[in-house]
Amino acid sequence: MTSAFQEKELLKGLANSDKQAAETIYAAHYSMVQSLIINNNGSADDARDIFQETMIVLYEKAKSGQFELNCQLKTFIYSVSKRLWLKRLQQLQKYGGQVESMVETVPVEEELEHHELRNQQFQAMEHSLLSLGEPCKSLLEAYYLQKRNMTEIAGSFGYTNADNAKNQKYKCLNRLKKIFFAHHKKRD
Amino acid sequence: MMEEIQLADAVERFLQGSMSPEELTAFEQLRKTNPAVDQFVVEHSLFLQQVNEYSERKGFTHSLNEIHNNLLDTGAIRPLAARTRVIDIMKKYRRVWAVAASIAGIIAITISGLVAYFTPDSKQQVEQLRRELYGFKREVNNKLDTSHASVNRVPENEKFKFGGTGFLIDPKGYLVTNAHVVKDGKTIIVQAKGQEFRASVARIDAERDLAILKIDDEEFKPYPGLPYGFKKSGADLGEQIFTLGFPRDEIVYGEGYMSANTGFNGDTMTCQIAVAANPGNSGGPVFNKNGEVVGILSTRQLQAQGFVFAVTAKNIFKSLDELKKDTSYQNIKLSPNSLVRGMERPQQIKKIEDCVFLVKTYQ
Repeated sequence: MTSAFQEKELLKGLANSDKQAAETIYAAHYSMVQSLIINNNGSADDARDIFQETMIVLYEKAKSGQFELNCQLKTFIYSVSKRLWLKRLQQLQKYGGQVESMVETVPVEEELEHHELRNQQFQAMEHSLLSLGEPCKSLLEAYYLQKRNMTEIAGSFGYTNADNAKNQKYKCLNRLKKIFFAHHKKRD
Repeated sequence: MMEEIQLADAVERFLQGSMSPEELTAFEQLRKTNPAVDQFVVEHSLFLQQVNEYSERKGFTHSLNEIHNNLLDTGAIRPLAARTRVIDIMKKYRRVWAVAASIAGIIAITISGLVAYFTPDSKQQVEQLRRELYGFKREVNNKLDTSHASVNRVPENEKFKFGGTGFLIDPKGYLVTNAHVVKDGKTIIVQAKGQEFRASVARIDAERDLAILKIDDEEFKPYPGLPYGFKKSGADLGEQIFTLGFPRDEIVYGEGYMSANTGFNGDTMTCQIAVAANPGNSGGPVFNKNGEVVGILSTRQLQAQGFVFAVTAKNIFKSLDELKKDTSYQNIKLSPNSLVRGMERPQQIKKIEDCVFLVKTYQ
């Protein structure tokens, strides 16, 4: 049984992208979520997807800095996973009645709404990056995702110097921005 | 264009906080004086924030997958086998299944109950029929035994063995019957109108299953003539026929029709007739409605009901022709003319029945 203090520390670690904290939470709660999903028409792969999405919700909440855990971490994870799985079942039209559970849950609608919004933005960005094409996609990923420095990038992408690479990067980013906002507007 | 790139670079450095204090002051000043620049800065910051969040989430998802695989490797978590869909369906429709199974069960019990209720009746009928037959046989045996005791025509050490039917083909005392009726007999007794006569075999034709008997008894007085004739061409399919025979020691009349031109397994010497026949009918005459002999009843198929076979009349002629090669039988003649033609059936039978004999063989 993890005490409230330990859980707070874990969430702080999670917000700072501490892999050890994520792993501790993962190991402690994965089995619970897995049995929930397998007992309700799901597979081990479904369990992995749902649990990882739950972890993302937790991560986003921890990062927002306004996460006050007013219940056990376990209860929160269970509630989020259950809601996510219910939604997935409805999408798959496999939902055959109440998901069985004897475990108490907390309302997580607000978190999930927020998460849904983030999801849309994430998908919009991913979609924009895909339609951006090469080499812009790789260039931006190298800089913003892999956090490599400009000199290194210039070397591996075959630019004469870091300034050239930087200019190219800005052009790419501009195009990405246009695609992204166009996508956003279309959605609105 | 160049300006925009410089501006974007400035925004990034501003957000990272890597601007020198002079640069920062100039930057702030520019934002205040130029609303377009300020607009760009706000928009670009927002977008960069999106990019950042995207990259963070991408990184986090990546590390989650790593963690998952690590934990699987160390055995801290293990995948459970998914429940198969069949079980889910069973669970889902458990109630429906239960109802269906109960209905099926009730129907099964009802049907087996009905079957059990109706079956014994038919079984009993079959058994009664057998008993009756058994009774008949015993009855026949007893009566024959007593007659055997009263009349001294049979040697003491010989016992009644087979019974069949025979009929006159010539008024001087020649009968025809089936070969299988007389083949094992040492002594042959024929009986009509309650009177017994000794007879001897004139010819056995095993191939045609026919036997011609001659009555050798002083008490036998030749008939003036035969009421029936013989029809060499036999009977047509569907033609009405009737038989007389001795399945018991009483003469028994049977009625039916010609049902096939060939006999068992396509045998062309015999034909199939539909008539009730029992042991003892063998050798009996088969008449058409005019009182003409069209065949001699011989066998029936055991596995099927209503399959009775008769040797066709043509074979009597053939067998007799062969017998006539012996000069002592030259004067036997088969009459084609029936004297009972056009009569009512009971009158026909009254005329005919005296010429139909019960044939008993002793061994």
